[in-house]
Amino acid sequence: MNGFMAIFLKEFAHIRRERSTIVFAFVLPAFLLIVFGFAIDVTIENIPTVVLNLDGRMESRELIAALKNTETFEVIEDVQDLQSFHDALESGRAKTGVLIPVEYSERLLRSEQAYVQVLIDGSDSQVATTALNTVNLLTIDLSIRRARAFGEKLGIAPARSATGAVVLPIEARTRLLYNPDLESSHFFVPGLVAIILQLVLLFLTSTSIVRERELGTLEQIFVTPVSRGGLLLGKLLPYAIMAFGALMIVLTLMTTLFEVRINGSLVLLIFLSCLFILTALGLGLLISTIARAQVQAMQFAFMIMLPSVLLSGFMFPRSEMPMIIYLFSHLLPVTYFIEILRGIIIRGAELRALLPHVAGLVTCLVVVLTLSITRFRKQLD
Amino acid sequence: MTQAVITAEGLTRRFGDFVAVADVSFSIPKASIFGLLGPNGSGKSTIIRMLCGVLTPSAGSGTVMGIDVGKDPEAVKQHIGYMSQKFSLYSDLTVLENLDFYGRIYGLTGTRHKQRREAVVALTGIDPYMDRLAGDLSGGWKQRLALACAMIHEPKVLFLDEPTAGIDPVARRELWDLLFELSNQGVTMFVTTHYMDEAERCTSVGYIYLSRLVALGEPEELKANPIVTPQGSRRFAINCSKPTATLVKAKTLDSVRDVTLFGDTLHILVDDTLDPDELLTIIAPDDKKAAYHPADPSLEDVFVLLSRAEAEAQEKIT
Repeated sequence: MNGFMAIFLKEFAHIRRERSTIVFAFVLPAFLLIVFGFAIDVTIENIPTVVLNLDGRMESRELIAALKNTETFEVIEDVQDLQSFHDALESGRAKTGVLIPVEYSERLLRSEQAYVQVLIDGSDSQVATTALNTVNLLTIDLSIRRARAFGEKLGIAPARSATGAVVLPIEARTRLLYNPDLESSHFFVPGLVAIILQLVLLFLTSTSIVRERELGTLEQIFVTPVSRGGLLLGKLLPYAIMAFGALMIVLTLMTTLFEVRINGSLVLLIFLSCLFILTALGLGLLISTIARAQVQAMQFAFMIMLPSVLLSGFMFPRSEMPMIIYLFSHLLPVTYFIEILRGIIIRGAELRALLPHVAGLVTCLVVVLTLSITRFRKQLD
Repeated sequence: MTQAVITAEGLTRRFGDFVAVADVSFSIPKASIFGLLGPNGSGKSTIIRMLCGVLTPSAGSGTVMGIDVGKDPEAVKQHIGYMSQKFSLYSDLTVLENLDFYGRIYGLTGTRHKQRREAVVALTGIDPYMDRLAGDLSGGWKQRLALACAMIHEPKVLFLDEPTAGIDPVARRELWDLLFELSNQGVTMFVTTHYMDEAERCTSVGYIYLSRLVALGEPEELKANPIVTPQGSRRFAINCSKPTATLVKAKTLDSVRDVTLFGDTLHILVDDTLDPDELLTIIAPDDKKAAYHPADPSLEDVFVLLSRAEAEAQEKIT
């Protein structure tokens, strides 16, 4: 470990002088967590809706009231003619249009099938799917209610409760585990912790070594008797310490600002996070053994970050991915870490339940560190 | 003859198909200053890097203080100081922080560290700038700081790759005074340079051209080389009022073998059958002030002619 202290202390002197490093390590993670934590919200509510009610009687007004009650739709315009109805959709002001024809109430009262036309802007598939499902459920629900009233009038029912009330023949008794309020932040924020940690480590470590290569200071260090271990550890440990600080910041923000409780063991969480920090350091080191210039190091870092964000299961469920991409996602260390984070934080999982993911992470760690340390030589060739 | 501190024996380095250093051999005695000259890209830095243990030789061997740099590159590093071509200290650290960093990295501690720091500060006189950021120093002071850092562990051997490139003449002179002082203290130095006046100050010089060492010896020995002033030829220095016009005319003559311009003076190599008075009437016909005197070759003459001979020799091979 010759020269470890020299490099270690020097690295902190750089960090003290270069304020942007501190901003990158501590302020940026907090900022990212806040921005993404709030921005990524997959619950779709208040879809702007235009209504053209050509009927206007009680039954039609009930339908609109039910629509509003779902909170999925928000009626932003109540128009009187077809032209304005189509204008609202075409201009994009409204994403859904509900057109109730003249004879809607009439037909219902005559016990005929009544129609309501619902136009949905399909541009954003997620919004459109939500609108479609909600409308379908709503009309089924209204239909069942009418059918039940009808049956009661006739004194028949498909099923009755113990008190004799007419009920649905089959009822699903669902219970939402782990995240009963379906808060999407509870799902995204733990994943974000992993992404932020990797981002900070990858950029800081790879550029810190490549910068020295660019400036020629690395060559100057190579001609000294510093040992390879001392050089690597002295260079990487300061960033590991900073990443640990960043981890504490984002975990604190997660539990306070987003009120995401850590249901599992904090000790296990921190221990496994340290394994991930080591893996990310190894990736940074690996980049620095390939890249000759800082710009190149950044490009490599982006090449790792992009799949880490898109394919690790952070944004999109991995089970939905095509086989090839699903297999590829196993090559990303962050995939395992996100599973581990979600397991411990949301489901309160214990080590035993997480073993496959821990094994994956450890494999990545061993491969990346072995590869990067053997590639890193105190030589210029 | 004192014992050799640095040696190279058939030292060769290839980068893929490109041969950067081809079969270079030399031996440098203790406390001498060895100057290595040659055009850019001729392989000077590559030789230094191999001797410093940061580049593995492809063939041949090099030793520094008896240690084989190919076999045990790490063992060499404790004994050498290295100043690279480009400023390679930390611009965002102060002079003191840079010195302390190198002190620590060479494993100096406590009083020994303090003593050595004081010694290199006294040697280079950098005392007034201790708290200044290294990046804010002038070129000359940067080089002094680099020298101080390279000397902090009291190495017996110092490698300097173009230490005076890009600094002003006064700083250049002062740096050389420092090098002489170190040489007096018994430090062996290996210096690369482009400046002929610096080469003249070295104990011995080598000239590398197209990856090959084409000349090696003391400056005076090299000037006596028969290739430089072949049999049947003589050297003159000619002063005249229109040197450029005279140069052009001289080049057209068959009996003139080589001619170069140094300020107002022409250095000319001619067949010794040619009468210099006659020559003057041909190349400077109306010039009353034109005069000549016999001259010794300069080191530059030596290197220009040796490069030409080497280029012709290599052309014959291919």
